[in-house]
Amino acid sequence: MKAVLTGSHFMLGDIACAEGALAAGCKFFGGYPITPATETAERMALRLPQVGGHYIQMEDEIGSLAAVLGASCAGVKSMTATSGPGFSLMQENIGLGIVTETPCVIVNVQRGGPSTGLPTLAGQADMMQAKWGSHGDYEAIAYVPNSCQEMFDFTIKAFNTAEKYRQPVFVMADEIIGHMTERVVIPGPKKIKLVSRKRPKRKKNYLPFKPDKDLIPPMALAGEGYGIHVTGLTHDARGYPVIDEETQHEMVTRLIEKIRRHAPKIWEFEEVMTEDADIVVVSYGAASRSAGRAVNIARKEGIKAGLMRLITVWPFPEKRIKELAESAKAFVVPEINMGQISREVERFASGRVLSVTHAGGGMLSPEAVLQKIKEVAK
Amino acid sequence: MSAKGAGNEGKIETVEEHPLDHILRQDRLPHIWCPGCGLGSAMTCFAQAIERVDIPLKKQVLLSGIGCTGRIAGYVNVDSYHTTHGRAIPFATGLKIANPELCVTVFSGDGDLFAIGGNHFLHAARRNVDINVICVNNFNYGMTGGQQGPTTPVEAKTSTTRYGSFEHPFNLPYLAAAIGAVYVSRWTTLHCRHLEKSMEKALQKKGFTFIEIISPCPTGFGRPNKLGEGLEELRYYREKSVIKNDASWDELELHMRGEEPVVVGDFVDTERPTYLELEEQMLRAKGLMK
Ligand SMILES: Cc1ncc(C[n+]2csc(CCOP(=O)(O)OP(=O)(O)O)c2C)c(N)n1
Ligand code: SF4
Ligand SMILES: [Mg+2]
Repeated sequence: MKAVLTGSHFMLGDIACAEGALAAGCKFFGGYPITPATETAERMALRLPQVGGHYIQMEDEIGSLAAVLGASCAGVKSMTATSGPGFSLMQENIGLGIVTETPCVIVNVQRGGPSTGLPTLAGQADMMQAKWGSHGDYEAIAYVPNSCQEMFDFTIKAFNTAEKYRQPVFVMADEIIGHMTERVVIPGPKKIKLVSRKRPKRKKNYLPFKPDKDLIPPMALAGEGYGIHVTGLTHDARGYPVIDEETQHEMVTRLIEKIRRHAPKIWEFEEVMTEDADIVVVSYGAASRSAGRAVNIARKEGIKAGLMRLITVWPFPEKRIKELAESAKAFVVPEINMGQISREVERFASGRVLSVTHAGGGMLSPEAVLQKIKEVAK
Repeated sequence: MSAKGAGNEGKIETVEEHPLDHILRQDRLPHIWCPGCGLGSAMTCFAQAIERVDIPLKKQVLLSGIGCTGRIAGYVNVDSYHTTHGRAIPFATGLKIANPELCVTVFSGDGDLFAIGGNHFLHAARRNVDINVICVNNFNYGMTGGQQGPTTPVEAKTSTTRYGSFEHPFNLPYLAAAIGAVYVSRWTTLHCRHLEKSMEKALQKKGFTFIEIISPCPTGFGRPNKLGEGLEELRYYREKSVIKNDASWDELELHMRGEEPVVVGDFVDTERPTYLELEEQMLRAKGLMK
């Protein structure tokens, strides 16, 4: 069987995500079943053995992410897929992945929370958890798909970014996108751009955590003869634990700068009719589909509305928000949570920011967005 | 490690290199452990074992969780991963599956492996993942200052059992055998030769192996429990330990006081298809592997 199912398909979002991973070269999936992400795991259990990879069902999500990190350290592109409760359990090892600079992909098909919440119904309320969920300071990278095609495309992007910057990368999907079926076009393998982690060029004087100019250190794998030590403790360029302020400063600053400095290359968004917009609607994932519709209706009614759809929520494209804020009168931020990314928009937009909230359990309606647009247009 | 007894004359001669120098990370020594701690002996046995076995050092990987024992991964000069508290086993599981050529060992403490990480131990043994787990059982959480843990004997004093522990502890060899470990043994840090042989055996054996090392922690356990400093505790091991490979599971319970024996030995040595062998067998049958 082929890793890349070139052709046009009618595919469930969760399955498109799995196919994206396979097309990206993923050969290891460690997971634990959870609605609404189970279909990704099931697809990987079916497909990985066909392409020489391994699927292992771990005892919980803590073990799942630990296994994924272990597999990545052995040099295999690895991933897991989960939803809120499992994402919560993964937080400690997300920190381990960040600090040991271990590439992997973590898919969160968000459902309603807190706690067990709404297993079968949508939410987008883990967006801040993706940024701040693990303890300590770090920068997150998160892609947010809004179609089945993007479940495929963004999972590939997530792998490439994880490999490039050597850190865990999130795909923050939601139940609506994960459980929706749409057309997905899978290109030929040669058309898919793949990135692999940077590797050390020679053994002599290799320091496993000494970065190149781009702040990214080349990665040695287990079993290659480098004799590396990798620890979750604060460490120096040799990878040795050093428990002091200076080493902490150097390590944390570099890990953060590694992402911040490249943020303009990482962040992605899409804009519709924002050039002359008085009101910019900022949205992402399932909610952005309603947002787009609301913007179209508003335009027909003579309101100068535009849409900025976030593809990466983290790093947050703050520069673009600042630019748009120069001419826009107000921002409207619809999301299926009680107002998470709207606050992020507020940090960078000098003007008015209104949030359109939804506690989860269904689709945020275009009417709710339109109403808010009309309110601010007055 | 530069002083070595020179033999006949009884003089101490300083030599440039110790035979284990290349196996330990010289630039990381001295280690952080307390005087009298058993971890140094446990690590030396392991260093000797990995060198003796017929597996290239570059194919050996050492992992640990968090704790005093967990620091061993940082001192042994092979590829090593110091993971999160309790999670070395699932990390090792992923690593082994991703590269089956590697000889993978998890070296960690009783609290790390059997409290916070207990569930992972059960499942890795059940699956018979081809990894070795070595547990240094010092009957307490040494790193955090001597609290009660899942192997603390009844009545033992720790900083969180001031009136004596009233929890039943795990009987680790019994547990490991019950869930399918293919090799199970227990030694104290006094039994260096035996321990090293067991380690060699485990390293070369296919499947999930388990070795328990009874080790003094004078700081967290020895002193409050009148076992004294490290040396006195070793004396206690010498007086009370009994090698009994065919011991009944009851006999393997540890009390660490009075006249109760410390039964050590090789308790299980058997064969069972490993996780990867079974996977291969199934996939081959379905034509998915050549
Ligand atoms: C999630 C988490 N909880 C608690 C701790 C604090 N902690 C560090 S080591 C340790 C116990 C270690 O005990 P053990 O595994 O027996 O190792 P020892 O120090 O005795 O060798 C604890 C509770 C931690 N590091 N992480
Ligand atoms: S606290 Fe106990 S286990 Fe830790 S180094 Fe000291 S003696 Fe050893
Ligand atoms: Mg202990």
